[in-house]
Amino acid sequence: MALEIIESCVNCWACAPLCPNQAIYEATPHFLIEADKCTECLGDFAEAQCASICPIEGAIINELGEALNPPGSLTGIPPERWAAAQAEIAAR
Amino acid sequence: MDLPVIESSPPAATGCSAGSCGSTAQQVDGLSDAIRARVQDHPCYSEDAHHYFARMHVAVAPACNIQCHYCNRKYDCANESRPGVVSELLTPDQAVRKTLAVAATIPQMTVLGIAGPGDPLANPQRTFETFRQLALKAPDIKLCVSTNGLVLPDHVDELARYNIDHVTITINCVDPDVGARIYPWIFWKNKRVFGREAAAILIGQQQKGLEMLTARGILVKVNSVLIPGVNDQHLPEVSKVVKAKGAFLHNVMPLIAEAEHGTFYGVMGQRSPKPAELKALQDACEGDMNMMRHCRQCRADAVGLLGEDRGAEFTLDRIDTMEIDYEAAMVVRAELRAQIAAELAEKRARAHPPAATATPQVISFQPHAAKPAPVPGRPVLMAVAARDGLVAVHFGHAREFLVYEASASGARLVGHRKAESYCSGDESCGDAESVLEKTISALADCEVVLCARIGYEPWGQLEAAGIQPNGEHAMQPIADAVMAVWHEMLAAGKLAAGPIVAKRA
Repeated sequence: MALEIIESCVNCWACAPLCPNQAIYEATPHFLIEADKCTECLGDFAEAQCASICPIEGAIINELGEALNPPGSLTGIPPERWAAAQAEIAAR
Repeated sequence: MDLPVIESSPPAATGCSAGSCGSTAQQVDGLSDAIRARVQDHPCYSEDAHHYFARMHVAVAPACNIQCHYCNRKYDCANESRPGVVSELLTPDQAVRKTLAVAATIPQMTVLGIAGPGDPLANPQRTFETFRQLALKAPDIKLCVSTNGLVLPDHVDELARYNIDHVTITINCVDPDVGARIYPWIFWKNKRVFGREAAAILIGQQQKGLEMLTARGILVKVNSVLIPGVNDQHLPEVSKVVKAKGAFLHNVMPLIAEAEHGTFYGVMGQRSPKPAELKALQDACEGDMNMMRHCRQCRADAVGLLGEDRGAEFTLDRIDTMEIDYEAAMVVRAELRAQIAAELAEKRARAHPPAATATPQVISFQPHAAKPAPVPGRPVLMAVAARDGLVAVHFGHAREFLVYEASASGARLVGHRKAESYCSGDESCGDAESVLEKTISALADCEVVLCARIGYEPWGQLEAAGIQPNGEHAMQPIADAVMAVWHEMLAAGKLAAGPIVAKRA
């Protein structure tokens, strides 16, 4: 049982100091979580701390590969609106 | 001749300070003498200083504890100039080395700020380690910090310990209902908190932090982002509230929102304010508060004078190869500061003669005092292509224009306009509108453009747009040039107030 940081991480350092198990470490190209140390904050906090401050939707996933912060959940931008805006920019 | 007069005038001590109700009070220039002495070489806090002194930001603070709808933490574009954007994150040691390198190379550099790209106080170890080292190694540099305020109350004592004399808090609202449309979430007490509840906590912390800072005598500037339809009606209230709590300067900045920035506002089509809307709001707040008009909304790793960015000269690769003799640099810096301070004092004495209630015999020495009662003329907005306080830039080379309002009471800075789009280096950022058309559009509310020189084609296009180009005051001090043109317009009968205007072309 462990969380994972994936490639959309922007290396903002916000999560690392919050981890009760010091499981998060700086790495290239992005921060990583030591799976052996991660408890998903069980017993320490009601919510996983890294996922509670991470500003990037989708950057932290659980063992099932599910994003703890799915698209639209942090920015408030509906995913379809985001896709439309990206398509419009690409077409310029 | 004017200098002793100014010094002998009694300092504004209590009650009605010279800064808030004198007839010549204007923005920072209208501050009390005590505050002016503290900000006179700080380019972000003093309009006068920004013509001469440079600042730098070191990007040591990447983490943030809130989300704002105008910010996107993903993007790092070398061509973008806006808050929150950086190219290279620094460790505290790297930031200290960079600061010493810049200070040794640019003697005008007086201020080191930490402004992100996240929130400096959400990165307390990195931020305070940088301040701790700089307080020891660069004692002649002012340290300042910019924060969203969420954890400010926890850090006020430590800010005071490192002699941080200036703090900027970004306060976009004092009403949680407004805040809920600006801040989607905050990280608070080990949880992510959303919506109105989040905004209420943030506002409470900001106001508490503001009060704690001013109680310790730390100067506080408040930044607000003007978001049309969201907080535009609300900002005059914000201005009143923060002034009552002791903030000394309010900086209302226009929202920057483009879809390509990937921000909520950009993607959702929230528009940015027009220059005239920004000015109108700043004017509306001005009755109650000193308003900052010269902010350039710089990057969190900006280096140099406001409006320029010399960051590319000081990348980590480059500063590693630089020889730094900071002791020698400090001597040069002290001499330069003294020289500029003397120039500014002289300029201020000329520009802002004491109010009529001061000793009458002093008035008789002022150059304008001998004039007959002035014919009232309406105020005129003029754009100036300026450098170092002079009309010194070719129209076509200007990357920005300072906008002055000229009237019978003098020239005062009321804003600045970019002459190029925020993204200029990458074809994917550009669009069809030419740079000249954009410039003319940005200057639409100005009647005159003052510049060192100007080409034939832009001259014609400006005239066609109702903006008179003027290259006759090259290398003159801005206020002198602006007022000379205003008096010419007045003498030509172009400034009659009221509906019937006799036009003499």
